[in-house]
Amino acid sequence: MNKKRRLTDLLVNIWMRAGLYLLLAIPVFIGIGLYWKAAPLLRHESLVNLLFSGKWFPMKGEFGFLPFIYSSVYVTLLAFILSAPLCLFAAIYLTQFSKQRMLNFMLPVIDILAGIPSVVYGVWGILVIVPLVSDKIAPFFGTTSSGYSLLAGGIVLAVMCIPYMLNMLIEVFHTIPVGMKEASLSLGATHWEMVKHVIIRKGFPGIISAFGLGIAKAFGETIAVLMVVGNTLNITLSPFKAGYPLPALIANNYGEMMSIPDYDSALMFAALLLFVVILIINLFFRYFIHKTEKI
Amino acid sequence: MNRWKIIEEWIFKIISFIAAYSVVIILLYLLIVVFNKGLSALSWEIVFSLPEGGYYFGGGGGILNAIVGSFYLSIGATVLAVFIGLPAALFINVQLIRLKRTQNTIRFFLDALWGIPSIVYGAFGFAVMLFLGLNASLLAGIITVALLITPILVRAFDEVLKTIPVELQEASYSLGSTRTETAMKVLFKQGFAGFITALLLAFGRGIGDAASVLFTAGFTDNIPVALDEPVATLPLSIFFQLSSPIEEVRQRAYAAAVILTVIILIISVSARFLSKRYSKNIIK
Repeated sequence: MNKKRRLTDLLVNIWMRAGLYLLLAIPVFIGIGLYWKAAPLLRHESLVNLLFSGKWFPMKGEFGFLPFIYSSVYVTLLAFILSAPLCLFAAIYLTQFSKQRMLNFMLPVIDILAGIPSVVYGVWGILVIVPLVSDKIAPFFGTTSSGYSLLAGGIVLAVMCIPYMLNMLIEVFHTIPVGMKEASLSLGATHWEMVKHVIIRKGFPGIISAFGLGIAKAFGETIAVLMVVGNTLNITLSPFKAGYPLPALIANNYGEMMSIPDYDSALMFAALLLFVVILIINLFFRYFIHKTEKI
Repeated sequence: MNRWKIIEEWIFKIISFIAAYSVVIILLYLLIVVFNKGLSALSWEIVFSLPEGGYYFGGGGGILNAIVGSFYLSIGATVLAVFIGLPAALFINVQLIRLKRTQNTIRFFLDALWGIPSIVYGAFGFAVMLFLGLNASLLAGIITVALLITPILVRAFDEVLKTIPVELQEASYSLGSTRTETAMKVLFKQGFAGFITALLLAFGRGIGDAASVLFTAGFTDNIPVALDEPVATLPLSIFFQLSSPIEEVRQRAYAAAVILTVIILIISVSARFLSKRYSKNIIK
């Protein structure tokens, strides 16, 4: 009996340990795996050339990722500009001004909405945002657009980011001690002054981190953006033109990547690039969040 | 001076009020639009029949292949994720209970892992698939989705286990149980409600994700009967049908989007409901 118990203990312990190590090794494996596949391209192209050249002719073996990086950054920035202030004020309202009941109602709703698949956001984008951009917003600014544009991508991404960012901001605001708020109110500050001088100042690293993680999420989002952004090579300042972000590039071309030499390497390089950039952003801002949680 | 303070307060209260409610309205509007468009195209035929010949050119049939395929894929991936994730989450909270710093570091890395986009998992899954000599198949899809959802499962379950008082573990040890027994019979039982929630959360994420299975699952009009056969998933089916030039096929994509949304909503709501129900038996 005793022997059996000890053996079970040992085996389960090994299993537990293996599970954890495997989990922690996933990012390492991903990095190595993608590098392994991207290596053939990296061997005969310099990194600078890959990142900063705008020449994209897979058939001729020229792979410049600049248009894709540009589109990704553009769409992400648009999404950020649209969603960040909205989320910040909404989080302030929900945690500071509204009744507890409203927050209790909103938290599960936000959680459920965060689970909605991105393809559904894409469907919504095609149904609502694309016509909105082509029929209303573009004519308003005196240009024409098919609607499948960087702006449409940005708007859809902004909506996708909302549940995610809002959730994190609410968490950040909850870490701020009540005593601090009470102290500032008892000194005669108005509610808004308390928010401005205590909540925002104290939560500043957390707010920035929530924004940062929202950006990282937007940067890597694939299907929904792919569906509305137009997928045309372009380096343009106009948000009404089509773009071609990195994740869309990977997703769109998997079909033919085996038939053109080095094309699969190029796509894997794009994935590696996304992975590295997002991992760095995540590690950086998560670190801030962990620090603020401890205080 | 005082008046300005009041006006300022008033302005910002209104701004934040509008922001909060517009968030609600935008998201509700999204659901309404998707349902509104899809419900008219939804029929029993779509839910319960396989695509027939010429389906993507307006022929008859439905998307049963994608619905069943999605469930196969996510159930397989969730089982695999539990197999890796459950012991890992218990390990963090049993073996490492005295090592707060290690715990925090691990949580930190898991959080960072949480944010890696699914397309990266998709590309990595593709590399793994080539490495193992697999074809685009149910098995390859399951492995990829499992990689994507394991960190989600572990982190969600860990959040629950974290709140269980240490004294409970100490009591268990003092009665002479081993670490395994403490982990399985005390911690797992206490955290069972949270475990179910985490499971459903991960499952929902798996069923809704398109980018990770794009390379690895393939696509087929049939329901797979073996692990090495390609499998269709709902998100991909929506995606492919939407790119069709034929209006009727696009209509079906909207219907499929409604089905997917309903599945996700059922999963999310039942996760909340179950976690409330089971948490009655927990020692606090």
